[in-house]
Amino acid sequence: MKDTQEGLAVADKTIDMDLNKIKAQILDKYPIKVARKRAKQIVVTQPGDSNTMPEIGANVRTIPGILTQRGCCYAGCKGVILGPTRDVINIVHGPVGCSFYAWLTRRNQTRPANDDSPNYMNYCFTTDMQDQNIVFGGEKKLKQAIQEAYDIFHPQTISVFSTCPVGLIGDDVHSVCREMKETLGINIFGFSCEGYKGVSQSAGHHIANNGIFKNVVGMDDTIREGKFRINLLGEYNIGGDSFEIERILNDCGISLISTFSGNSTMGQFANSHTADLNAVMCHRSITYMAEMMETKYGIPWIKINFIGAEATAKSLRKIAQYFEDEELIAKVEEVIARELPSVKVEMEKARALCEGKLAMLFVGGSRAHHYQELFGELGMKTVSAGYEFGHRDDYEGRRVIPSIKVDADSRNIEELSVEQDPEKYRLRKTEAELAELTAKGLEFSQYDGLIKEMKNNTLVIDDISQYETEKLIEAFKPDIFCAGIKEKYAIQKSGVPMKQLHSYDYGGPYAGFQGAVNFYQEIARMTNSKVWSYVKAPWEKEPELAATYALS
Amino acid sequence: MLLRHTSKEILERKALMINPAKTCQPIGAMYAALGVHGCMPHSHGSQGCCSYHRSTLTRHYKEPVVAGTSSFTEGSSVFGGQSNLIQAIDNMFTIYEPEVIAVHTTCLSETIGDDLTQIVKKAYDDGKVPAGKHVIYAPTPSYVGSHVTGFSNMCKGIVNGFSEKTGEKRNQINILPGYVEPADMEEIKRLTTEMGIETVMFPDTSGVMNGPQTGRYHMFPKGGTTVDELKSTGDSMGTIALGSFASSLAAKFLDTKFKVPCQIQELPIGLPATDRFINSLRKMAGVNVPDSITRERGQLVDVMTDMAQYFYGKKVALFGDPDQLIALTEFLVSLDMIPVHIVTGTPGKEFTAKILELTKDQSEPVNVKAHGDMFLLHQWIKNTSVDLLIGNTYGKYIARDEDIPFVRHGFPIMDRVGHSYFPTVGYKGGLRLVEKMLDAMLDKKDRDSPEESFELVL
Repeated sequence: MKDTQEGLAVADKTIDMDLNKIKAQILDKYPIKVARKRAKQIVVTQPGDSNTMPEIGANVRTIPGILTQRGCCYAGCKGVILGPTRDVINIVHGPVGCSFYAWLTRRNQTRPANDDSPNYMNYCFTTDMQDQNIVFGGEKKLKQAIQEAYDIFHPQTISVFSTCPVGLIGDDVHSVCREMKETLGINIFGFSCEGYKGVSQSAGHHIANNGIFKNVVGMDDTIREGKFRINLLGEYNIGGDSFEIERILNDCGISLISTFSGNSTMGQFANSHTADLNAVMCHRSITYMAEMMETKYGIPWIKINFIGAEATAKSLRKIAQYFEDEELIAKVEEVIARELPSVKVEMEKARALCEGKLAMLFVGGSRAHHYQELFGELGMKTVSAGYEFGHRDDYEGRRVIPSIKVDADSRNIEELSVEQDPEKYRLRKTEAELAELTAKGLEFSQYDGLIKEMKNNTLVIDDISQYETEKLIEAFKPDIFCAGIKEKYAIQKSGVPMKQLHSYDYGGPYAGFQGAVNFYQEIARMTNSKVWSYVKAPWEKEPELAATYALS
Repeated sequence: MLLRHTSKEILERKALMINPAKTCQPIGAMYAALGVHGCMPHSHGSQGCCSYHRSTLTRHYKEPVVAGTSSFTEGSSVFGGQSNLIQAIDNMFTIYEPEVIAVHTTCLSETIGDDLTQIVKKAYDDGKVPAGKHVIYAPTPSYVGSHVTGFSNMCKGIVNGFSEKTGEKRNQINILPGYVEPADMEEIKRLTTEMGIETVMFPDTSGVMNGPQTGRYHMFPKGGTTVDELKSTGDSMGTIALGSFASSLAAKFLDTKFKVPCQIQELPIGLPATDRFINSLRKMAGVNVPDSITRERGQLVDVMTDMAQYFYGKKVALFGDPDQLIALTEFLVSLDMIPVHIVTGTPGKEFTAKILELTKDQSEPVNVKAHGDMFLLHQWIKNTSVDLLIGNTYGKYIARDEDIPFVRHGFPIMDRVGHSYFPTVGYKGGLRLVEKMLDAMLDKKDRDSPEESFELVL
């Protein structure tokens, strides 16, 4: 347990801390080669007003045995991107585990249109490969499994996910899917997302984007109602985040054509190319989709962020600015004016309890950035942050993309070659219009990354290890640490409250205005909970023994 | 409806598993390894395996679960994972300083044919294992058996890695507790201590997976069977293996290799199985059962008498791991209940045979399947309704759709906190189980009773 709750004093202390020394102390325990590698993935943001952006090592292989937070390609593909879509039967081709572990564990909420509309998200489908399938091949079993899924459920779409052994034994999942698609007359496609591909979940995001783009997007040209039609990309409806964003957009009169992929259906993906703007939440997992849609269909994309009350207001204003419609601009301002005051009341209440406290965030590929907004609104300082599976552009901004060296692990992930669609491409804004909007401050296809958000003299750490986590806690004694379920209890055992930012500890939503209020209250609760004062027993606090009732 | 597409009509399936009642071997191996003192489990495969196992175990226990991974890439999948594993062993001993590293394989490393015996030997030969430290291992291909098989394989790996025979017998009994909770292991130790019997129980996750909040994180807490204790298992008088699916492999291996005779019996869940366990202990150690334990037994029988009117003739559906289900079925039958649908995801013909034998005298036929799934169980329930459902967290979707009282038992339980602190083995565990069962059933009765027949006293 921390010695002091004097937040401001602690925050001041970190300004003078020699972070390079702390970094050296962390690296000291590592074998030389490990230290050399990790040194590149730990950077200290520049003190003073320096404009230099430090280069960070990211999206590189994890060192075996270091105890990483990272998962695999399959987790990124099936778990993250394709998990939240309700009307598709996702068959995991492999031994039972991969399917089992991704079954309902990511808290993707969904709201089917009515009691009869399809929702397969509560089900788990697997070919449960056995040793004879490994020896003799699993294609026959996969084909049979697709047939059985069709016979029992009659879905419109079936997708198949390859796990590690499938790639190794050479099952041709894609040809099985093609054949069954023809036989059954429904959309069936596969993802080669074997766990060993790439260096983290990130490879799986890319593979998922490619698969959905190739097999679903652009299949339904119906122009839906609405004057201001957008797609929301990279929002997965954890804990109902999408519901809150949908509420706000709806109130503003903005029509959501599709979300990739919170609370989504395949039908919405198929129709998504008819939207006029792509608003990107999670830069890491879905920008592939935004870029491909821009090239093929002419939809510009902007980076937005609905985490944080001010960030939500700012994002709404950006969308309104894009459509250049006075009525929309007025409506957005009206909604912001309606929502913000009560949010601010709650913010102030929580801020009184949280101000000056220290936060650390090591999570995901965008959350470690976005959630700094909320901590900022509470007057808390993020002293250290980093991503689990980010790339250099997620840290340093998209401007560094041309200078990123593509290594063998990334080269193995297919890069789709996309061209302008001769029929379906529709120019939303001319170059001149885009330039004019850019001049007014609306940036297109741009993201500045996490490091720019960080205060001076803070530590940015990519793919943090368990050991580094412990050393950070020792050095900074933060008031709250944000990561995932694997990290949670080791951190809490050291007396530091730990907030899960993948699953939200089963709370939320934290997006939008109401979400911000939920988060303020949650952080105020966590950093002020009585429970932390009970860690030491009375006799541990006062070990001297006064034998009041001793016999002699 | 949560499971709105589940129909009453049952189509035979040969290839598609829907809503599994099992998971894969490595997670069981990881859990078993956590029951060795100072042990770092290590997953020789892709990062995702380790991440998923740690996450699932953590969601169940609400405790830190640390484990290493070989972080396979496409390259290592082609050229073999030897260098990744040796590097991992070196890094873990240097950075985290465990006493033991327990390596298990995955479907990936098994498919490419990595040979752990050879790789681990090379790690020793290359000086990557510091003096006095140990690397043990077990093959756990995910495409064979289930998480229970993985637990069983790692138990054998523990014997293979540590057990020795000095030639001098020790007055102690080995106990393989089976794939049970830390609180169950603690309860088994309490019972043997109460009987005055020296035992070595392994694995022992108590003190590891139910640790206290002290304000300091210890990666390797005080619990777990120590290396010295494990070494001594080859000199023990005998072994009692609880749960044949999880424990017989290691027990038989001890028997063949070191001539330590073993008795394999059911998990001591419920009255009949606990009676047999206590009786075996008594005979093997040549001790009298103390009055305190006879009293505990009497308390359970007393409560069973008090509850009998509510349990009699009630139908139950249950799913989970074979060892648990066998013991639970026997317990339910002893309570005059009727287990009608029983599914385990773990393959094994002996499971079905055992269940059929246990239920042969009941008034209704039993549906039983090994290597089955929860989709089938749900369909059975739609055809013959039940009064109670027992199983892991995933059962709550069926329970809510069908409005069935539900008792969480088994692994994983991810939506309730505290379960891992209370045993379901032994007489005390039996008490807890019947209390939970009756609470669930009477809560429904209280909710549904018409106002005029809503009762104060039940």
